[in-house]
Amino acid sequence: MTLNVFYFLSFVAILSALMVVFSRNPVHSVLYLIITFFCIAGHYVLLNAEFLAIVHVIVYAGAIMVLFLYVIMMLNLNREAEPHKSTLLKVTATICAGLLIVVLVGSLKGTELMLAQQPADRSISTVKSLGQVMFNEFLLPFEITSILLLAAMVGAIMVGKSETAER
Amino acid sequence: MINNIPIDYYIWLATALFTIGVLGVLYRRNAIIIFMCIELMLNAVNLVMVAFSSYLNDGKGQVFVFFIMAVAAAEVAVGLAILVLMHRNTKTVDINVLNRLKW
Repeated sequence: MTLNVFYFLSFVAILSALMVVFSRNPVHSVLYLIITFFCIAGHYVLLNAEFLAIVHVIVYAGAIMVLFLYVIMMLNLNREAEPHKSTLLKVTATICAGLLIVVLVGSLKGTELMLAQQPADRSISTVKSLGQVMFNEFLLPFEITSILLLAAMVGAIMVGKSETAER
Repeated sequence: MINNIPIDYYIWLATALFTIGVLGVLYRRNAIIIFMCIELMLNAVNLVMVAFSSYLNDGKGQVFVFFIMAVAAAEVAVGLAILVLMHRNTKTVDINVLNRLKW
């Protein structure tokens, strides 16, 4: 049963990820990427990381992809006839990606034999234990992340500000 | 629940998603699609982190996923601002237009 759910989620995730690359309309790409993110959230639920699944849906599908859609709307990019690369470059890109997957599969083969399966423990992914790890062991990286977000906000406003507003 | 699924299934799934992201970056010329494919690659890495965290009963992997999400959000905010600026100056999001630093 769980394995069937895994196969279904993986199939939909890979199919919609391929559609992100190959669909001609950028709006359709965004919508397919949202489907992929929901499937990945389903995988998180399968892995007993329910809190992370919720955060993933809120942050990615709720914030980041809305930002993408908003920019596509603002730039008015929803026309179908956008320039594509030449066939030679497309074939080269596909061959490069194929070589990459060969390298990754070759290097990752046999990894699963190296680690012993631990008995499943549901208590590590609760909000309480995650918060304890985050605020004890990773307190400094957490604060640096907040500074990073602040810097990103300031940078986005500075870059996106129109020239005429300076006067 | 997780004991039914071997961890290498998750490794192969994440490998496939990461490669599709790389393929998109190489294949497309639209800068927004390239950004989305970078998000896809980050998510493949997140999936591996959560899988190993669950299989090894270690919460640190999931905390790292939070940090990756924060970095992805910052990257998207700044990147899309740069993209809007690029569209304002060149009226296109085709990355082949940006070749002034090429030679």
